[in-house]
Amino acid sequence: MEFGGINPVILIASLMVAAVPIMLAALGELVVEKSGVLNLGVEGMMIVGAICGFITAVQTGSPVMGFLGGAVGGAALSLVFAFLTQVLLANQVATGLALTLFGLGFASLMGQGYNGIKPPPTLSVPMGPLADIPALGPILFDHDWMVYMSIALVAVVWWVLKATRLGLIIRAVGESHEAAHALGYKVNRIRLGCIAFGGAMAGLGGAYVSLVRVPQWVDGITAGAGWIALAIVVFASWRPWRVLIGAYLFGGITVLQLNLQAAGSAIPVEYLSMSPYLITILVLVIMSSGRGRAALNAPASLGQNFHAAR
Amino acid sequence: MTRPELLKIEGISKSYPGVRANDDVSFAVGEGEVHALLGENGAGKSTLVKMIYGLVRPDEGKMTFRGAPYTPGKPGEARASGVAMVFQHFSLFEALNVAENVALGMENPPPMRELAARIRAVSEEYGLPLDPARMVGDLSAGERQRVEIIRCLLQDPKLLIMDEPTSVLTPQEVEILFRTLRQLSAEGTAILYISHKLEEIRSLCDEATILRRGKVVATCTPREKTARELAEMMVGATLSPPERHPGEKGEVVLGVTDLSANSPIPFGTSLKGVSFTVARGEVLGIAGVAGNGQDELLLALSGELRTGADKVRIGGHAAGDLGPADRRKAGLVAAPEDRYGHAAAPDMSLIENAFLTGALRRGLTRNGFIDWAATRTFAEEVIASYDVRTPGSHVAARALSGGNLQKFLIGRELDQSPEVIVINQPTWGVDAAAAAAIRQAILNRAAEGAGVVVISQDLDELLEIADQFAVLNEGRLTKPRPVQGLTIDEIGLMMGGAHGMEVAHHV
Repeated sequence: MEFGGINPVILIASLMVAAVPIMLAALGELVVEKSGVLNLGVEGMMIVGAICGFITAVQTGSPVMGFLGGAVGGAALSLVFAFLTQVLLANQVATGLALTLFGLGFASLMGQGYNGIKPPPTLSVPMGPLADIPALGPILFDHDWMVYMSIALVAVVWWVLKATRLGLIIRAVGESHEAAHALGYKVNRIRLGCIAFGGAMAGLGGAYVSLVRVPQWVDGITAGAGWIALAIVVFASWRPWRVLIGAYLFGGITVLQLNLQAAGSAIPVEYLSMSPYLITILVLVIMSSGRGRAALNAPASLGQNFHAAR
Repeated sequence: MTRPELLKIEGISKSYPGVRANDDVSFAVGEGEVHALLGENGAGKSTLVKMIYGLVRPDEGKMTFRGAPYTPGKPGEARASGVAMVFQHFSLFEALNVAENVALGMENPPPMRELAARIRAVSEEYGLPLDPARMVGDLSAGERQRVEIIRCLLQDPKLLIMDEPTSVLTPQEVEILFRTLRQLSAEGTAILYISHKLEEIRSLCDEATILRRGKVVATCTPREKTARELAEMMVGATLSPPERHPGEKGEVVLGVTDLSANSPIPFGTSLKGVSFTVARGEVLGIAGVAGNGQDELLLALSGELRTGADKVRIGGHAAGDLGPADRRKAGLVAAPEDRYGHAAAPDMSLIENAFLTGALRRGLTRNGFIDWAATRTFAEEVIASYDVRTPGSHVAARALSGGNLQKFLIGRELDQSPEVIVINQPTWGVDAAAAAAIRQAILNRAAEGAGVVVISQDLDELLEIADQFAVLNEGRLTKPRPVQGLTIDEIGLMMGGAHGMEVAHHV
């Protein structure tokens, strides 16, 4: 069963893989933004996570350690952002952009000597006969564990934000830091924790790119995935399950354009490869026009620094 | 009547760079007592209660609560000891629902479903109906305050601190609040009540401590004093009401016909068919509880929100589709409520801020360039004639206290020889003496022939300076009525009573 040289089962199976990095990074950024911080350094944290994860995996020979290393690397870089914006009260937009530029260069430096090496493989979770079910098997039961973990993390973040006291406090801090402070919550400390979580998630996403998606190290390996993750947070209007939908949508477009190229589509390659970014812009324009529900759901203190005056 | 002592404060002092906010303050509150803290803005009331609530630590002095030394390090510890606080500017989260807001103010909140049931129970017991599932952003000011009060009551406090609770309520809502407070007091909860509304204090409070410039200047039983005596203790000087020179009413300078506009503010209120006229020499006072369209009306009059050309007429010319600069040219000046960010650019100097709205009518540009000499002269003229206390015209607007900045901003608008003046909350957060000066300046401009629209939540202020009186309620404006002969009850009804919340108080 094929349409224009594209097998839909393989397409869906591979879009689930393609969506993992942006889903993880977007989920982390969602928590950061829910706490009222705008960290535009997702791309930088992702690529540092990618190289840290790659180095750890190559050195230890364990992909699990690699993902852990990626998360630690992303979180470490995010703490630079946290220090600058939460302690020194630097402008969040400028600091975030600087973090991306710094991360890209720093990852390139760290990656010297790691070009052309194969990382230890991350294998599919053995599901036994389930993987042999026609169509459903390859789509649902033939993936590596990070694919399942990313979906589980969406559920966890959704549940924590919705139903736990921690989630309530995070949302409160992002909604009105003045009021949260008046009630005795440590605004900057809570935000710091959220930023570190966001960094770890971006690093995890980056490590998935260099360990599974590609899998090898090349400069600029994340190729704008961090920016797409930022766009998905807005697209999802700060709701975790919509992040999942958004990530599959954008993952699907990425995979589709690759498949179309391979199938020898009549559309020039350049248009196909720019399509995920064009659609990102389009979605952002549609979402922000008309001041609809999307605008109202944004955390009210987003991007504002907090300083306890008295 | 002697009561067992609940809270005792001895020799508390607190300094901030350049200010001594509290200086050797001592007083005591008994169990079930309603105790007033009285003083002007900046007298140190807020700092004092923040120390009792654990938000600020005192430099010196000691506090005793229920016989034990009391040194709360954070609000959580104060709440655990039985101290609760209702804030002046509500500490609420608009995008969260009532139950979530309540949970945030508690140390160990029960599960949401149980909490919702308890909120219902407490709200009925005290006659404060409230739906736990509603979004706070959709509530009226009075309902929002109930959320705060219920949040406190759920923790069974021994001492309830209320920081200017009535400034956003209609007279009927104030009545409901007072009934609740009296019920609490009868049950043995002490209330520390901060206000500068003297009649309220006289009717509600058992004892009063009066603060001036951080020091206790007097203690008294408010029922035994007149409001005037209390005011003079508070200010430390004799007060005189503003003088009025009722001039001849001239032709209409500002006409608004059937003005409707959607609010550009999230959770804002749309304007619905607002109509009124203002003649030369006339002051129209517009009352209403905050969030009923005041900000939107100011935006629509100043030109930040544009409407159909014929909806707003300045001096007989259609101006509804003009922007702020063109309306200024036509003679309308506007002063919005938010001083730090809307009326002034906080990080720019007073000179630059003077230029921002004064450029056009005062001719502060020359060939497209800023005439700095003329701008400085204008700024310094405003500083001198409105008694703005500042080290100089070069300082950033942010560095001025709220009252001083307000005097500067009002002066900046009034000194542009305007035909029409629109002001939202002219004296909000301004001390009594400065407020009197601002009101006098507004009346003087009206006497010189300007038409004035004053939007305010301070009813006493409007009754003092307005000729015509109208109320904004959910974006609709009542028909303006002459101030003379209006009673407080009539005004309360114009304000929508208690917003459909006439309450069955358990007797």
